[in-house]
Amino acid sequence: MASVQIRDVRKSFGDVEILHGVSVPIEDGQFVVLVGPSGCGKSTLLRMLAGLENITSGTISIGGRVVNKVHPKERDIAMVFQNYALYPHMTVAKNMGFSLMLRGASKSEIDERVRKAANILGLTPLLERYPRQLSGGQRQRVAMGRAIVRDPQVFLFDEPLSNLDAKLRVAMRTEIKELHQRLKTTTVYVTHDQIEAMTMADKIVVMHDGIIEQMGAPLDLYDRPANQFVAGFIGSPAMNFLDGKLQANGSAYVQTAQGQKLPLRTMPQGDSGRDVVYGIRPEHFEMGEGGLPAEIVVVEPTGSETQIVARIGNQEVIAVFRERQSVKPGDKISLRPRADAAHLFAKDTGKRI
Amino acid sequence: MVKAMTDAAAEKPGTTTQVLTSDTQEGMTYLESIPRRIVTLWLPLGLIMLILLFPFYWMALTSVKPNAQLIDMETYNPFWVVEPTLDHIKKLLFGTQYPRWLWNTMYVATAATFLSIFASVLAAYAIARLKFRGSQVVGATIFMAYLVPPSILFIPLASVIHFYGLFDSPLALILVYPTILIPFSTWLLMGYFKTIPFELEECALIDGASRWQILTKIILPLAVPGLISAFIFSFTLCWNEFIYALTLTTSVQNKTVPVAIVSELVDGDVYRWGSLMAGALVGSLPLVVLYAFFVEHYVSAMTGAVKE
Repeated sequence: MASVQIRDVRKSFGDVEILHGVSVPIEDGQFVVLVGPSGCGKSTLLRMLAGLENITSGTISIGGRVVNKVHPKERDIAMVFQNYALYPHMTVAKNMGFSLMLRGASKSEIDERVRKAANILGLTPLLERYPRQLSGGQRQRVAMGRAIVRDPQVFLFDEPLSNLDAKLRVAMRTEIKELHQRLKTTTVYVTHDQIEAMTMADKIVVMHDGIIEQMGAPLDLYDRPANQFVAGFIGSPAMNFLDGKLQANGSAYVQTAQGQKLPLRTMPQGDSGRDVVYGIRPEHFEMGEGGLPAEIVVVEPTGSETQIVARIGNQEVIAVFRERQSVKPGDKISLRPRADAAHLFAKDTGKRI
Repeated sequence: MVKAMTDAAAEKPGTTTQVLTSDTQEGMTYLESIPRRIVTLWLPLGLIMLILLFPFYWMALTSVKPNAQLIDMETYNPFWVVEPTLDHIKKLLFGTQYPRWLWNTMYVATAATFLSIFASVLAAYAIARLKFRGSQVVGATIFMAYLVPPSILFIPLASVIHFYGLFDSPLALILVYPTILIPFSTWLLMGYFKTIPFELEECALIDGASRWQILTKIILPLAVPGLISAFIFSFTLCWNEFIYALTLTTSVQNKTVPVAIVSELVDGDVYRWGSLMAGALVGSLPLVVLYAFFVEHYVSAMTGAVKE
């Protein structure tokens, strides 16, 4: 186990800079998730950490040692790839023992460590099978087993669950988290799925266009997103954004172009009349008198909750209710945003106010 | 907990990827009536078979025909044989140096093929996977070499062989054949290597493998179908090669089958058809056996890719 320091790392392919100076401190034993839309540079950063890509500038150190020029095999890392990258011509046991064999470990040692890892992951009955004889979830587990066997300082996961179906993905998510709690190995995990990030991470790093938008504990990011991008990215269904102007007339509120008043708890710094974006999460709407008049567009019951897409003025919003709602499209309702849960962002910079 | 979930996931049906082993899918067979199948499939197929197999049949037929029947088309049906004889084959095996020629051909073809495949593997892997400056140019240049016909190349190559004092020896052919084999095998293997997922190599790199270990322990085992087709292609080419063998060997005991048949079994202007055809037939049998064993790999390498 080791800490990892990523300091002001940049990456260019030719003239195009993909990463514009990224710094991430990772403590020993931490589970860090790099999350962002595709093309944000998260996988590139992971590959640089693994030693599969050159580092254009900045430094990456593992366990206090700068590894910019260190060969992947000397970094003492293990990586799980999106499509598992199992060696098709080797059995599960051979796949898992391959790295030990290359290091010249004795046959009995390889055997013992493979068995131990197989035991942890429930792979023991599959050891003599070939990858093509395994299901997606089993392959995923073999890929993890291959990483565990080496007992590395850092685990790297590159979107390991993307190829699994929804149900299995949830199961494997729990499994990976449980494994981390058990082994306590420093882990860097890349995903585009914010739910995975929220559920698994000790620390989430939200990336976008080669920069870090925000870094922090999952619930901190959820409760206090630093900017409009993070606010929209974290949380599902996504946060609603309504454009308006800041007003203080007795109480503080945001006034939309159509004249609706969106309530605020306190008046933030800044001039009255400033252009802002009012952010409110779907679950922070209440139905009842005194709210904004809205017309229901779609009702989506999921069983545990009801999602309602409604139109306020000319903007569509999503609201989520725990209770069942007996409404149908076309109904006129009144939606009241909870003032204490509202987020305000500057219209021009997108930064939190 | 983990174990329980593992089992649940393991029993989940339908997630195992099934690789279709053939093109015969049941899907739309209801559209196929029997007459339609005969016209669109069996008739053209039968015609092609007939055209392709007739020379082979003719060759086999001629090699067992007694001399009297060979050119007498009035008394005997030319498409059939009465009282077949093994005289031609016997004469070929015991009256000429045919076994020696067969051995020469086998020796030259095997050695040249292995030499070429070894060189091609290294070249193809380097061009396909080590992204060095100019790899594209090198790849294209190797292919250009393939486009130069042997009928032009044999003159300079003959003088090179003379210079090294290798003229009229099997070694001359073993060293010259790779000039035609390497370009093609390299391109074939390049294509095949490119179908092997790149992640496998990256994974092996992280696992601690060196380039050489990646090549020998990951790439080559996965490229076996590609290697087999390169092998078959090269071997066939060597086996049938004529112009280099004709120009670079002169003594009877150093000749290969294709050259020896036409130069040693023709006396002046007398074509000994029986022996000629027997020689061609026996000479082509090893290739038939080779193809019969590896035809599936050969086809899969030409069309398919590595599946996990």
